[in-house]
Amino acid sequence: MMRLGWKLAIISFCMAHPALAGTAFISNEKDNTITMLDTGTLKVVKTVPVGKRPRGMVLSPDYKTLFICAGDDNRLDVMDTTTFEITSTHETSGPDPELLDIDHAGKFIYIANEDDGMVTVISAADGAVRGEIQIGVEPEGMAVSPDDTIVVATSESTSMAHFIDIKSMTVIANVLVDTRPRVARYTPDGKEVWVTAEVGGTVSVIDADQRKIKQRLTFDIPGVRPELIQPMGVKFTPDGKRAFVALGRANRIAVIDTATYKTLSLILVGQRPWHMDFNADHTKLFTANGLSNDVTVIDVASLKAEKSVPVGRLPWGLVIKP
Amino acid sequence: MTRQQRSAPYVLASTMQVAKGLALVLAAFLMCLADPVRSNEAPPGDGARTALGITIAYLGKTYAEAEPLSLVDKIYTDKGIQGARVGLVEDNMTGRLIGQHYALVEAIVPEGEDIKPKALELFKSGVSLIVADLEPADLLAVADLPEANDAIIMSIRSSDDRIRNEDCRKNIFHIPPDWAMRADALAQFLIWKQWRKWALISGEMPKDKDYAAAVRRAAARFGGKIVGEKSYAYVAGSRRTDTGHQQIQKQMPLLTQGLGDADVIIVADVEESFGDYLLFNSYEPRPVAGTHGLTAVSWHRSYEESAATQMQNRFERKTGRVMTERDYSAWLAVRTFGEAVTRTNSADPGVLRSYLLSDKFEVAGFKSQGMNFRRWDRQLRQPVLLAGPRALVSISPQEGFLHPKYLTDTLGYDEPESKCRQRN
Repeated sequence: MMRLGWKLAIISFCMAHPALAGTAFISNEKDNTITMLDTGTLKVVKTVPVGKRPRGMVLSPDYKTLFICAGDDNRLDVMDTTTFEITSTHETSGPDPELLDIDHAGKFIYIANEDDGMVTVISAADGAVRGEIQIGVEPEGMAVSPDDTIVVATSESTSMAHFIDIKSMTVIANVLVDTRPRVARYTPDGKEVWVTAEVGGTVSVIDADQRKIKQRLTFDIPGVRPELIQPMGVKFTPDGKRAFVALGRANRIAVIDTATYKTLSLILVGQRPWHMDFNADHTKLFTANGLSNDVTVIDVASLKAEKSVPVGRLPWGLVIKP
Repeated sequence: MTRQQRSAPYVLASTMQVAKGLALVLAAFLMCLADPVRSNEAPPGDGARTALGITIAYLGKTYAEAEPLSLVDKIYTDKGIQGARVGLVEDNMTGRLIGQHYALVEAIVPEGEDIKPKALELFKSGVSLIVADLEPADLLAVADLPEANDAIIMSIRSSDDRIRNEDCRKNIFHIPPDWAMRADALAQFLIWKQWRKWALISGEMPKDKDYAAAVRRAAARFGGKIVGEKSYAYVAGSRRTDTGHQQIQKQMPLLTQGLGDADVIIVADVEESFGDYLLFNSYEPRPVAGTHGLTAVSWHRSYEESAATQMQNRFERKTGRVMTERDYSAWLAVRTFGEAVTRTNSADPGVLRSYLLSDKFEVAGFKSQGMNFRRWDRQLRQPVLLAGPRALVSISPQEGFLHPKYLTDTLGYDEPESKCRQRN
């Protein structure tokens, strides 16, 4: 009894102490807002209006700045992650920015311009355009390699992953994947790029050096029609041993063993999970659920969904500042 | 009127600069070197690849069309072809990355002219991929030419049920939903709403009657009840008049009186004679569905889901007008050819045909799922939008209408019902 009391005391202390908890930033596509969620208390800290149709977001490597794609306003909004204030906008994002990534030095941002078939590269500091690279139709996924030499972009209508050499800013390889690729992500060791195909219902695992598909993951969920299995966001555990893949309208997160490519578990979450991120110590995974307007918290050790928290309308992007 | 369209690499007009153009060419060249695929096609001693050339022909006729009754809807004379042009640009954006080049031959003849010589000219020049913007009689005339035997004809215009059933042809694929699919899509929604009792008012033109027949079939399939039926011979006449609403206000209640205890009025007025006049003018306060009011369509300006917004924006930026259903069908036909060529890396109609009919084929068209062709009548499976005049209302198939293979096969003629004898 005594021990339980101590535990409760510690828990309540932790929950009351904001410094120990991180902040989840959730973009609400329909509300034109960002919801800030305390990852410890799971309480909404603040909701801030931003540009129209906010979707993709990325944090600077020092976590001090959040870059938000405001697609219908054709710009990036830049938020201070301490004050939660929009400090500036980058109108140089190119038209209809949807998803983006930043290099590990925090210098350059790579933006998919969905309406325009190109990638815009801007300076993170002042938004100055460094270049534009033409790729396929409806660019979306964007992933900078761990060594900052390559950025992989996907184009949804062209069904390709384009490997762009960062130094020369040219496309050096195109890999045909399944229909409507949406998200690309490097494994932590940089050896593979995982690309989700929303309509194809698959994940293509691409060898990052060979730039060829080495494995194609499919999902079979009893009682769920195949056309509802729409892979979207991908997150790897820091050790790279497990991958979490959001399956969209199948309302589940697939947990995959990256050594065997086997699905270990299918976790039921809210409706149409899009993007995900881990909390500071990687014990919890948060998912933005587009159709049920909430965020589900998954316990990474037990692979159980623990709680869902209401946020804004049509939550889409989700990133966590530890 | 035939002309060859060569498409330039896709670059935003406002940012088109010579330097950028050169960079693109250089990039494309480097890509060719880097990509090992299909190097066997390169001539010996040549490092670069020969591009695979694909020619698609858009075969159409300038038919006189019923003008939309509502002045809100603009009259366009380039429906269809504009969608094909946008589709061609997209095929080439993909193609330039993998050594494929697409060209579009536009062959549109005047209404009074015979379509067959133009079709023959195309087939004899080696074109076998056809986007057909043709009414059923012309479509069948083209498909029945001996030279068309190996062609793939994507029909983008007609919703006629017969050309998918008793008049089906092995070389014709159908992109738009037929009347049966549209009526079934609407019927599922009305049943889901528990609006089971329908009053059917149809015009007297052949297409009006076809649509009305599809509504009767849908009622029988899904448990709707047609409690009253009238046909209406109204000549629309001039689209613009300085007066007239007073007459409509008196005529429409008369037309809709005595149709029984209906939940909803279903109008079959494909030829745009009176459908829009029924809204808010019925004798009893009843919603209107069918060809007007709540409509079953494959595309609508109000539709934005599954990245449809991007398509609407792309189309409007390129053409300066909204995308119509026929534009969408033509875009999808050109994309279907592109998808098949990209995946097979072949321009051979035999290879493409078997790929289009295989389980591997799927094309994305902003409907949140891959779409493929029914083997028994080569109709594209697709969800059908239910749109009101100003907003999307729903998308069919509705929850609870089940099918062992594809939910979309609850719309239209399923395999056991199909009267198509030329099956695959």
